[in-house]
Amino acid sequence: MELIEQLLQYTLSGLSTGAIYALIGLGFAIIYNSTSIINFAQGEFVMLGGMLTLFFHVTLGLYLPLAVVLAIAAATAVGALFERLAISPLKDAEPIILVIITIGGSILIRGVAMLLWGKDTHALPMFSGDDPIILLGAAIMPQNIWIFGVTLIIITANRLFFHHSVSGKAMRACSFNRIASRLVGIDVKRMILFSFIISSAMGAVAGIIIAPLTMTSYDVGVMLGLKGFCAAIIGGMSTGMGTVAGGLIVGVLESLGAGLISSGYKDAIAFIILLVILLIRPQGLFGKGEAERV
Amino acid sequence: MKRELMKFLVFAAAVLTAPLFLKGGYIVNVLVFVGIYTILAVALNLLLGLAGQISLGQAAFFGLGAYISGVLTATYAANPWVAMVIAVIAVGAIAFALGFPILKLKGHYLAMATLGMGIIVYIIFNETVDITGGPSGLSGIPNLSIGGIVFNTDMKNYYLVWSFVIVTILLSVNLSQSRIGRALRAIHDSEVAARILGVNVRLLKVQIFTVSGIFSALAGSLYAHTVQFISPASFGFNVSIELLTMVIIGGLGSIYGSFLGAAILTLLPELFRTFQDYDIVVYGTVLIVMTMFMPGGLVRGVPLLARSLLVRVKAGLSSEKSV
Amino acid sequence: MLKKIIIKSICIFSLLLVFTVNSWSQEPIKIGGLFAVTGPPSFLGEPERNTANMMVDQINKTGGIKGRKLKLVFYDTQGDATKAVQAATRLIKEDRVSAIIGPSTTGETMAVIPVVENAGIPLISCAAGIKITEPVKKWVFKTAQNDSLAVERIYDHLRKRNLHSVAILTVSDGFGASGREQLKLRARDSGITIVADEIYGPNDTDMTAQLVKIRGSKAQAIICWGTNPGPAKVARNAKQLGLSLPLYMSHGVSSKKFIELAGDAAEGITLPSGRVIVANVLAKSDPQKKSLLAFVNDYKNHYRVEGDHFGGHAWDAVMLLKSAIERGDGSPASIRNELENTRNFKGIGGIFNFTPQDHAGLTKDAFVLVTVKNREWMLVK
Repeated sequence: MELIEQLLQYTLSGLSTGAIYALIGLGFAIIYNSTSIINFAQGEFVMLGGMLTLFFHVTLGLYLPLAVVLAIAAATAVGALFERLAISPLKDAEPIILVIITIGGSILIRGVAMLLWGKDTHALPMFSGDDPIILLGAAIMPQNIWIFGVTLIIITANRLFFHHSVSGKAMRACSFNRIASRLVGIDVKRMILFSFIISSAMGAVAGIIIAPLTMTSYDVGVMLGLKGFCAAIIGGMSTGMGTVAGGLIVGVLESLGAGLISSGYKDAIAFIILLVILLIRPQGLFGKGEAERV
Repeated sequence: MKRELMKFLVFAAAVLTAPLFLKGGYIVNVLVFVGIYTILAVALNLLLGLAGQISLGQAAFFGLGAYISGVLTATYAANPWVAMVIAVIAVGAIAFALGFPILKLKGHYLAMATLGMGIIVYIIFNETVDITGGPSGLSGIPNLSIGGIVFNTDMKNYYLVWSFVIVTILLSVNLSQSRIGRALRAIHDSEVAARILGVNVRLLKVQIFTVSGIFSALAGSLYAHTVQFISPASFGFNVSIELLTMVIIGGLGSIYGSFLGAAILTLLPELFRTFQDYDIVVYGTVLIVMTMFMPGGLVRGVPLLARSLLVRVKAGLSSEKSV
Repeated sequence: MLKKIIIKSICIFSLLLVFTVNSWSQEPIKIGGLFAVTGPPSFLGEPERNTANMMVDQINKTGGIKGRKLKLVFYDTQGDATKAVQAATRLIKEDRVSAIIGPSTTGETMAVIPVVENAGIPLISCAAGIKITEPVKKWVFKTAQNDSLAVERIYDHLRKRNLHSVAILTVSDGFGASGREQLKLRARDSGITIVADEIYGPNDTDMTAQLVKIRGSKAQAIICWGTNPGPAKVARNAKQLGLSLPLYMSHGVSSKKFIELAGDAAEGITLPSGRVIVANVLAKSDPQKKSLLAFVNDYKNHYRVEGDHFGGHAWDAVMLLKSAIERGDGSPASIRNELENTRNFKGIGGIFNFTPQDHAGLTKDAFVLVTVKNREWMLVK
C-alpha cells in the first residue's frame, strides 16, 4: 500500500514538473517549425516572465493580473526586438551561426536581468493559496492545477492557430519550404517575427505560472530551457500533443528515477532518454519520418 | 603548400620567442590557458569546420582527459606521462565507440545528442564522488616532469603547453591539406555527393570525431597537470559553448583562426575585469555583434573589413576632391 | 674607472636601500581579493566583496595600519577554478599583493592553493571545506567555519532529543558534497544512523520525490544541506506533503533570505549558524557581541541590506590581516607568521585561535543553534 501511495506521489509530482517542461518545449517547437532555428534564448524568456512579474507585482506594487499582462507584453517586446535586431538581418546565414547568435542573446538577456534585478532568488506568491490538495493520499499544489490548465489552453490555442487560421497555416508553410512559401506570396520575414513573438510570449507565460512553485532568479532559464528542449525533441518538435507528451514523459521518469533509483542521477535521466530517442527514432516519439533532403 | 609552411614557421617562431618580450608576469599564466584552449578549439574546428559536424559536448572529452589523468596520478600515483598516454588512448576509444551511433545524426539532432552526452558526462563527474571527488573536486595532481625539470612555473608550463599546441597545429594543418581533409570537406558540402564519389562517409566522420576527442583529452590532461586541481565545473555545458564560440569567432575551418578565437576569448575577460559586473553583458554583445558582422570569423572578417574601409576612405577622398 | 664603478655601486646600493625601506613604510599595503561576485556562488562573493571594500575604507579613514594605507585589489572569479587561478597569479605577479583574501568556494580555493604555496603569499580563504586546512598548508588559512562543526552541532541536538535515525538530503555542488561527507563521517561516533541519503540538483524545481522516499524510510528527522534557493523549496515541499519530521538545515541558509523564500514553511526549522543573524538577541556578556553589532550596523548603513555571515567571513579575514600587519612588518612572510600567532581574536565567525597545527582556528562554539519563530531567527537554548 505504502509503495502504491509513493508511486502515485512520484507520478503526480512528475506530471506537474513535466507540464512545465512541456510548456517551455512548445516555445522551442514553434520557432523551430517556422524558422528551423533552435532558439537557445528560449529559457531566458521563461526567466523574464517570472522576473518581470516579480518586478511589476512586488517592486512596483501593481495588482497581480495587471503585472502578469505587463510582464508578458514586456517579454514579448524583448523577443520581437531580438528577432528584428539579431535574427532578421541575417537572412541566409548557416544554422550554426544562428545558433551562436541565440546563445549570445541568451547570455545578454541574462546579463541585463542580473544588472537590473540583482542575483538573488525571489519567490512569487501562489495564485490560489498554498494549501495542498490531497488526491488519494498524494499531495498536489493548486499552482500545479494552474500549470496543467494553462498548458491545456495553450495547446488548444496553438492547434486552432496553426491549423485553422491563415497566419498559422502560412507559418507552417514557411517551415516546410521557405522558397515555395515566398512564391505563393507569404511574407516569410513577417512569419519569422510572428513565431518569435508567439514563442517569447509563451515562454513568459510559462515563467510566470511556474515562478510561485520554483522561485525565480536571473539564471533559472538555462536548465529549464534545456529540459524544455528535451521535451520538444522527444516529442518530435511538434507544436501540439507530441511535445506535451515529451515533457510529461521526462517529468515522470525523472521523478520516478529520483524516487526509485538515484536522486543524484535525476538530471541525467532527461538526457539519457533524449539520447536513446535520438538514436532509435530521431524524428521523435510522435514525429513522422522526414525524407533526407539532398 | 609553401605558404602553409611559411605560416606555420612564423607561428612557431612567434610562440617560441613571445616570452622573451613578456618578462614573466601573469600574462604568461594566461597564455598557458590560451594554449590549452587553442588545442581544444582546433580539435572542435576539425570536426565542425572541416567535416561540418557540430558538437555541443566537446567539454566531455576535455573533462574525461583531465579526470583520467588526474585520478591515475593523484589517487593511484601513476607517472603523469603514462597517465596522459592512457587518458588520450582511453578517450580516443570512447569517442570512437560513441561516434558510430551519434554521428548517424545530422544538424540539430547531432547538436542535441552531443549536448546530452556532455551533460551526462558532467553529471557523472559530479556523482562518482568516490572516484572523482565529486563537486568539491580533485586536488593533489602532480606536475609533469622530464628528467630533473618539473613543470611547476608558468614559464615552464608555457613551453610545455605550447610545444603540444605546435604539434597539434602541425598535425591538423597536415590533415586538412591531405586527401582525408579533402574527403572531409566533401562531406561538409554534401554527404551524398561524397558517398557517390566513393568516400566512406560514416567511417571518416567517426575517425575525425575520434581525432577531435584525442586532442581534447590531451588538452584535458595538460590542464590537470598544470592547474593541479580539477572540478566538474570546469567541464560543463558553458565550456562547450565557449569552445564553439572560439571556433566561430576565429573562423570555421581555419586552424589559425581557432588560435585567434581561443586567444581572444581567454584574454577578453582579462580586459573586462574593469567592467566587473558588466562583463557578462559585454560578452553577450560581443558574441552577437561579431557573429553578425563577421560570420566568416576574424580570419576572413578582418581583411574584408579592412578592404571595405579602404574602399570607403578612397571614395571619401575622391568625393572630397570633387568638392 | 674603478672609482667610478665604486661610486656608482654605492649610489645604486643606497638607492636600493632607501627605496626598500621607504617602500615598506610609505607605500600602501596591497591585499588581493578573489570573490565570486558573478556566477552561481555570487550569494557568497557579493557580500564578501562588499564587506572587504567597506572594511578597507574604514581602516584607511582611521589612519590605516601603522600609518600605511591598505589597498584592496579585487578580481571576480565567477566561481570558476580556472579563472580563480588566473586571477590569483595576476594578484601575485602583477599587483604584487602581500596577502590574499578569498576565494569564496572550496573548489576555487583548492585550485589556488598550489599558486600561493609556490609564491609564498598568505591566503585567507572564505570557504568552508575542511580540505582547505586539513592537512595544514603553510600559507593557507580560512575564516569560514568547518562544515564538521555544524554537523556536530546538529548531531548533539538530535541526541538531546533522543532521535537516532536521520535522512540526509544534500545538494549536488561543492557545499552539499562536503556537508554530505561530514554528515556520513561523524554519524557513527555520534550514535546516529543515516537511513536515507538523497541528493538534489542546485537548479531542481521540485524535491517531492526525494521527500516521499524519505517519508517511506524510518527516519526520525531530516537534515538538508544546501544554499538558497534549494532548501527553501525542500521546506515548502515538505510542508505540502504534510511531513511532520523535524527538519534541520545547514548554516548555508542562515540569512533572512531563507525565511523570505520559504515563507510559512520555514517555521520551526532548526539550523546551526554563526552569531550574525542573532546578534541583537545575544547576551551582553557574549565576547563576540561587539564585533557582530559593528559589522551588522556598518553593513546596513553602507549597503542598506542586512549583513550575513558570508560577509562576516571577509570581515574576519580583513581584521585578521590588519592585526597580523600591526604586529609585524607587513611583509608576506611576517603576515603569515603573525596570522599563525593569532590568539583569542573575537570575530564574526567565532573566536579564532590559529596554531601551527590548526589554520581554521574555530571550535564548535562558533555555531549556535537557531530556529525560525514568527518569521524571525530565535536562539535555541
